[in-house]
Amino acid sequence: MSISLSHLSKRYGKTHAVEDVTTEITHGSLTAILGPSGSGKSTLLKLIAGLERPDEGTVVIDGADMTHVDPRHRDIGFCFQNYAPFRHMNVAKNVAFGLKVRKRPKKEIDARVEELLVLVKLQNKATSYPSQLSGGERQRMALARALAIEPRVLLLDEPFGALDAVVRAELRHWVKELHAQIHVTTVLVTHDQQEAMEVADQLIVMRSGRIVQSGNPLALYESPATDFVHEFLGPSTIFQGEVTRPHDLELVSVYQGTEKGRITSIVSLGFEAQVTVELSDGTSTWVQLSRNELSDMGLRVALLVGVRRRLDAD
Amino acid sequence: MASNASRRTLRTIVLLYLAILIGLPVVFLVVKALGSGFGAFWHEITEPDALSALKLSLIIAAIAVPVNTVVGVGAALIIARHKFFGRRVFDTIFDVPVAISPIIIGVALVLAYSRIGWFGAPLERWGLNVLFTPLGVALATMSVSLPYVLRSIVPVLTEIGQEQEQAARTLGAGRLRIFWNVTLPSIRWAVLYGVTLTIARTLGEFGAVLVVSGNIAGVTQTLPIYIYDSWDQRFDVLGSYSGALVLALISIAVLSILAVLRRREKKLLVDLA
Amino acid sequence: MPTDTPLDVAPLEVHTSPAGIGWRRVASRVSLPFLMGGGGTLIVAYLSIIVLLPIAALISHGLSISVAGRGAGLEFWRWHVSTNFSLFWESITAPGAESAIFLSLWLSFAVAALNAVMGVAIAWVLVRDKFFGRTFIDSVIDLPFALPTIVAGVVLLAIYGPDSPIHIDLFETWMGLMLALLFVTLPFSVRAVQPVLASLDLESEDAARTLGAGGVRTFFGVVMPSLWPSVLAGFGLAFARAIGEFGSISLIAGGVPRTTTASYYVFNLTAGFEWSAAAAVSVALLVLSLVVLVTANVVSHHYQKRLL
Repeated sequence: MSISLSHLSKRYGKTHAVEDVTTEITHGSLTAILGPSGSGKSTLLKLIAGLERPDEGTVVIDGADMTHVDPRHRDIGFCFQNYAPFRHMNVAKNVAFGLKVRKRPKKEIDARVEELLVLVKLQNKATSYPSQLSGGERQRMALARALAIEPRVLLLDEPFGALDAVVRAELRHWVKELHAQIHVTTVLVTHDQQEAMEVADQLIVMRSGRIVQSGNPLALYESPATDFVHEFLGPSTIFQGEVTRPHDLELVSVYQGTEKGRITSIVSLGFEAQVTVELSDGTSTWVQLSRNELSDMGLRVALLVGVRRRLDAD
Repeated sequence: MASNASRRTLRTIVLLYLAILIGLPVVFLVVKALGSGFGAFWHEITEPDALSALKLSLIIAAIAVPVNTVVGVGAALIIARHKFFGRRVFDTIFDVPVAISPIIIGVALVLAYSRIGWFGAPLERWGLNVLFTPLGVALATMSVSLPYVLRSIVPVLTEIGQEQEQAARTLGAGRLRIFWNVTLPSIRWAVLYGVTLTIARTLGEFGAVLVVSGNIAGVTQTLPIYIYDSWDQRFDVLGSYSGALVLALISIAVLSILAVLRRREKKLLVDLA
Repeated sequence: MPTDTPLDVAPLEVHTSPAGIGWRRVASRVSLPFLMGGGGTLIVAYLSIIVLLPIAALISHGLSISVAGRGAGLEFWRWHVSTNFSLFWESITAPGAESAIFLSLWLSFAVAALNAVMGVAIAWVLVRDKFFGRTFIDSVIDLPFALPTIVAGVVLLAIYGPDSPIHIDLFETWMGLMLALLFVTLPFSVRAVQPVLASLDLESEDAARTLGAGGVRTFFGVVMPSLWPSVLAGFGLAFARAIGEFGSISLIAGGVPRTTTASYYVFNLTAGFEWSAAAAVSVALLVLSLVVLVTANVVSHHYQKRLL
C-alpha cells in the first residue's frame, strides 16, 4: 500500500523534529529513511505509525487520510530498536497477541503463529521467553508479531541498531529476502548507510528534520545532490576542492599525478588499503587502493607520489 | 579494599552495632513473650480484647490496602506516563503523610473532620463520626500508608518505558487490554512489594490511630493500641509482650516476602538488559 | 522517558467542531489530566480528603487563621484573612513546649548524624564485604522499618527498662530515647547510601591505590566525594523520621518532662483535648522538619546531579 506524506511537521518545544516533509512511498517497496541521529527519521516513522501526531501536514495511507487516526486502526506493523517484547509472555503468545485482540478463533491463531515462527526460523523457541532469546532472535520474534496481523505497511525503527555487527549483517540480508517473499510495503529507519544501501530499493536521506534527497540508492550514491549526502552515503575525501570518493582516486608516479604529495600513513584493512597523502598545497587526502595495487606498488610512508582521478587516466 | 585486618575490624564493628541495636531486642522479645510458657502466651492473645483488637486491625487493613493499591497504581500510571503542569507537586503530596509525625496526622484529621473541626458538623448530620470511631481509625491508617505502592511502581514503570504499550497499540489493543495484558503483568512484582509494605504499615500504625481513636477497648482499639494499652494502662506486661510478638512475627513474615520479591525483581531487571 | 504521547488517543470517528481539527488537537493536549478520567479526579479527591484538607485544617488552627467574609458569598477577593500569631507563639513557648521542641531537635540531629556514619559503615560492609549471612543481615536492616513502632517500644523497654535482664536501666533517660530513635532511623540511613555505593565505579579507587593512596585516603578522597550527597539525603530522612517518632519512645520515655519529646508533648495535649495548642506545636514541628528535609534534599540533589 502506498503512503503519501504531505507537508508533515512536528515540533517539540522550539525544535523542529520534522519540518515540511513531503514524499511518496510506493506500494510494495522497501524504503530506507537514512540520516544521522537527530535528523528526525524516527519521528517521521512514528508519524506514519500514528504513535506521534503531526502539528501540520497529512499522512495518507492507501488513499485514506490517516493523519489523526489511532495506530490501532491504521493496520500497520511496527518494530522497535529494543524489540519491545512482552516479557511476561512466551514467544508464541507474543506473536499471537495481535490475533487475540482481533478475536480470531484459537485454531486459526495457532496455525498462523506456527506458520510465522517457521518463517522467522523460531519454531523451536515457541515456548521460550524473550529473556531467553538472543537479540537477533528477539527482533525476529518482533517481526513475526508485527506480521501476524497482516499489516498493510511494515515499519522498522532502527531494528538492528542494538545488535552486533555480524548479527546485523545476517538480519539485513534476511529482511531483504523476507521482503522479496512477502512484498509488504516496508519502511526502515537507519543511520547505517551500508545497511540502507544493501537493503533498500528506495532511499530517503534526512537531515535536521528535512528530506535532503530521495530516490534509487545507487543513483543517490553516484549523483549526490549535496556534499552532506555525498559524505553520508559513502567514504569521501576532498581532492582539488571537491568532495570525492577515495576509490575514484589513484596513486601514480610524481610526474603522472595531477597533484603531488608525500604519503603520511598506510592503513591496510586486509581487503583494501587506505593511503593518506599530504599534498603540496598543505591539504590531506586519502586514496582507497585494492590489496593487489598496494603490494604491486611497493608503497611506504614518506614516499613522494602523484595523485589523480582514475577517470583522468589516458 | 584495604587489608584483611581492617576489613575484619569494620565488619566486627558493624555486626556488633547491629546485634545490639536489632538482634538483642528481637531475641528478648521472644524470651519475654514465651517465657511463661506457650500456654500463657496463647491465653494472652486469645483474650477477647486482644482478639477484637486483632480483628479491627485486619478489617482496617482490608480496607486501606486495596484502596491505596488502586490509588497507587492509578497515580503511578498518571505520573510515569504523562507530563503535565503540577506533576511534581502531585507526586510530592503522596510523600507528605509519611514524612511527618503520625501524631501530627492524627491531630490534622481531628481538626478537619471531628466535631471541633471544619467538617465535623456536616459530617455528623450525615451520621459520619470521625473522632473515637473505626471510621477515624480507617482514615488515619489510609493516610499513613498512602505512598508505598506508588513509590514501588513508578521507578519500574519509568524503567520499562512505553515501548511495550506502544507495540500493543500498533497491534490493535485498546486501553483496557493494554493495561491488563501488558502494563500490569510487567509491574506485578513491584505492586506486590508495595502491597506488602502497605500491609505492614497498616497493621503497625500507632501514633495517628492513638490520637483519633481515643483508645476505646473493643471499639477503636487496634492491635498496636492494645499492646500500648496493656502496658501503659493495665500493666499487663505479658499481654503486651504477647501482642508484640504476634506483630513482630507478622513483620518478619513481611520481611521475608519482601526479600524474595526483591530477588525476583532483580532477576527481571537483569533480563531487561 | 515519558513523552508527551497520551496513552488514551482520540477515537476513529472524527468529531468535527466549529473550529475544526485545530481545536481538537489543542483540546486533547489540555485535557490530559481529565482524560485519565474520573480516575485522576477521584485520586485528587482522595488526596484532598486524606492529606490536603487535614493539613490545611491543621495549619489553619495552628496559626489561628480566621477568615472574615466582607462581601457576599464567594467573592473571596473580599475576604479578610488574619492570623492570631500571638496565640501561636504562646503555645509554642509554653514551658513544656519549648523544652520538648528543643529536646526533639538535638536528639534527632544527634541520631541522624550517628546513623549517617554507621549507615555508611554498614552499607560498606554489605556492599563490599563477603561473609556468611550477608543476605540475612541485608534483610534484617529493614526490620525497624517493617516493625510496628509500638513493638519496637515494648521490646526496647524489655531490654533496657527497669526489668532489664542485662541490668541496664535506661527508662526515662535520653540514652533510652536515643536507642529507640537509632533503631527506627537505621534503615533510612543505610538504604539511602547503599545503592549509590553499589553503583560506584571501583576503578577510581583502584586508580587511587596505584597512585599510592592508602585505604583511609582512598575512602575520604575518592569514595566520600561521590557518596556524600546520598549521605546527606539519608541524614535528612533520618532526621525527619526521628523528630516525628512517637511509638517507639512512648514507653521508654515514661511521661517525665525531661524525656518528653515534641511529639509526646503534642500527644499529651490531645489527651487533654487542647487541640489548638496541639495544632500550634504541630505546625512548628512541621516547619522544622520540612526545613531540614527540603534543605538536605535540595543540596544533595544539586550535587548528585553534578556527579552523574
